[in-house]
Amino acid sequence: MKALVWHGTRDVRCDTVPDPEIEDGRDAIIKVTSCAICGSDLHLYDHFMPGMKSGDVLGHEAMGEVVEVGKDNKALKVGDRIVVPFTITCGQCEQCRRGNFSVCERSNRNKALGDTAFGHTTAGLFGYTHLTGGYAGGQAEFLRVPFADSTHIKVPEGISDEKLLFLSDVFPTGWQGAVQCDIQPTDTVAIWGCGAVGQMAIRSALLLGAKRVIAIDRVPERLQMAEAGGAEVIDYDAEPNIVGRLNDMTDGRGPEKCIDAVGLEAHAMGAVDAVYDRAKQAMLLETDRAHVLRQMIMVCRPAGVLSVPGVYGGLIDKFPIGALMNKGLTVRTGQTHVNRWTPDLLKRIEDGQIDPSFVITHTIGLEDGPEMYRVFRDKQDGCIKVVIRP
Amino acid sequence: MSNSTHQPPAPRTAPRGAPGGGAYTRHDELARGLGWFSIGLGLLELTAAHGLCRALGLKGRETLVQAYGVREVATGVAILMSHDPTPWILARVGGDALDLATLATGFEDDNPKQSNLAAATAAVAGVTVLDVVCAQGLIGQKRLSRPGAFDYSDRSGFARPARTMRGAASDFATPEDFRIPGPLRPWTETRA
Repeated sequence: MKALVWHGTRDVRCDTVPDPEIEDGRDAIIKVTSCAICGSDLHLYDHFMPGMKSGDVLGHEAMGEVVEVGKDNKALKVGDRIVVPFTITCGQCEQCRRGNFSVCERSNRNKALGDTAFGHTTAGLFGYTHLTGGYAGGQAEFLRVPFADSTHIKVPEGISDEKLLFLSDVFPTGWQGAVQCDIQPTDTVAIWGCGAVGQMAIRSALLLGAKRVIAIDRVPERLQMAEAGGAEVIDYDAEPNIVGRLNDMTDGRGPEKCIDAVGLEAHAMGAVDAVYDRAKQAMLLETDRAHVLRQMIMVCRPAGVLSVPGVYGGLIDKFPIGALMNKGLTVRTGQTHVNRWTPDLLKRIEDGQIDPSFVITHTIGLEDGPEMYRVFRDKQDGCIKVVIRP
Repeated sequence: MSNSTHQPPAPRTAPRGAPGGGAYTRHDELARGLGWFSIGLGLLELTAAHGLCRALGLKGRETLVQAYGVREVATGVAILMSHDPTPWILARVGGDALDLATLATGFEDDNPKQSNLAAATAAVAGVTVLDVVCAQGLIGQKRLSRPGAFDYSDRSGFARPARTMRGAASDFATPEDFRIPGPLRPWTETRA
């Protein structure tokens, strides 16, 4: 089959690889009808996420038709239409039973690596680092879904792939980012990053009743899309003093809730700490750039909440722990517990409350994937979200 | 909630000229090659400045050549490590101009090494051409957006105006483990 394969830093190729096979009785194989390139795939593309190996098949946002089912899988049958959550969940461990699916205790087949990197293993992820299992991803013609009897979202016919695909990741990720804020009608919610997750977080915060939503980015078309979704926007190229601007917009008090939809590759042209981060990262003295986290801590209203759906992989430096502690901030983080939110979100799509396809800017075939990784990474051609039709 | 009347946006296809296959274009590869060349030349200038100056009849300019070596190494490292080597390739073009200007000062009647100097000048001119071709190629493969080229102002994702959607998901019950514990809740006066 054809698949997008990681070969090294900024080296993704459309290769022919072996078709996946059933390896366990709970598995299923799907014929991928749609998949997407995620912002966190760019962390792999740029090789800021450790634990990648040449030959890894990328992609963790996929949906399709079940074409083969393991003998112990009683939940699926051939022909079922499913969206595949990016977190692989056994459905049986204590964390899964609590609904903490992204920290499933059994689905990471490289548990020792996960234990070493993060203290305790987290869930297996598709098409991601070997720290999270090194499972083949969904930017391919076919995908093996481990623990498929619990790792799936059955979706009805009659609704387009475009509306449903983002149940795999960015819609529930933006939603969880907002839910983690426990939004109240008096809240101002500031959201850093207007990529796909940021766009979903903006709409989620609005739907959940935030008084104001303020979105921060520098790419004009992303800011325009954020405004379309009901956000006030700050272009940090025009107004680099984000902390000052947010304080001005909130009578000096700061936003009650702050969401980091950027993660470890924060950009900030000219900011001293951003240059410092980039230099340290280049010298392998830290893995992640914490510019957004620092701003959030400094600007959040005391006793407020920081929500971090943006992905971090390792270590950061110059972390303002004093401000974080003394301001009494609550920090909520985590990969997304996808299945915890998807029944509700699917209903909202079916009811027409929201149509997540608004974020799609490019639709391509697999063979165009390598080029689109570059275009997406460089934020060119108005690119915000790429859907692939294998 | 009534059924959505929102029309799915018309997505763009891949940019024209998308090559498929591998991620590196020939201009990326050329940039990487120039990066390694820059490092190699820089190390040579740093470690063999006296020999170079003697061979070119540029005695007395050893320190300048070593400074150029530092520039070459730094530029080469930047080319290899940056996400976008374009500005560093452009910097190399500027450096080439400096090199050519420096070599030009050696074409004096009393310089017995003029033939070596001419060969070096031709070599630098050749590399300059490569640098210019590379820079043009890198700039050309960017799909830079003209201001206003993309209009996403209708992409709300909502069937109704966004301002009317505030609180539309008020039927959602935040799970207890996602709520701020009661005793820790600030601003209780604002909570009904």
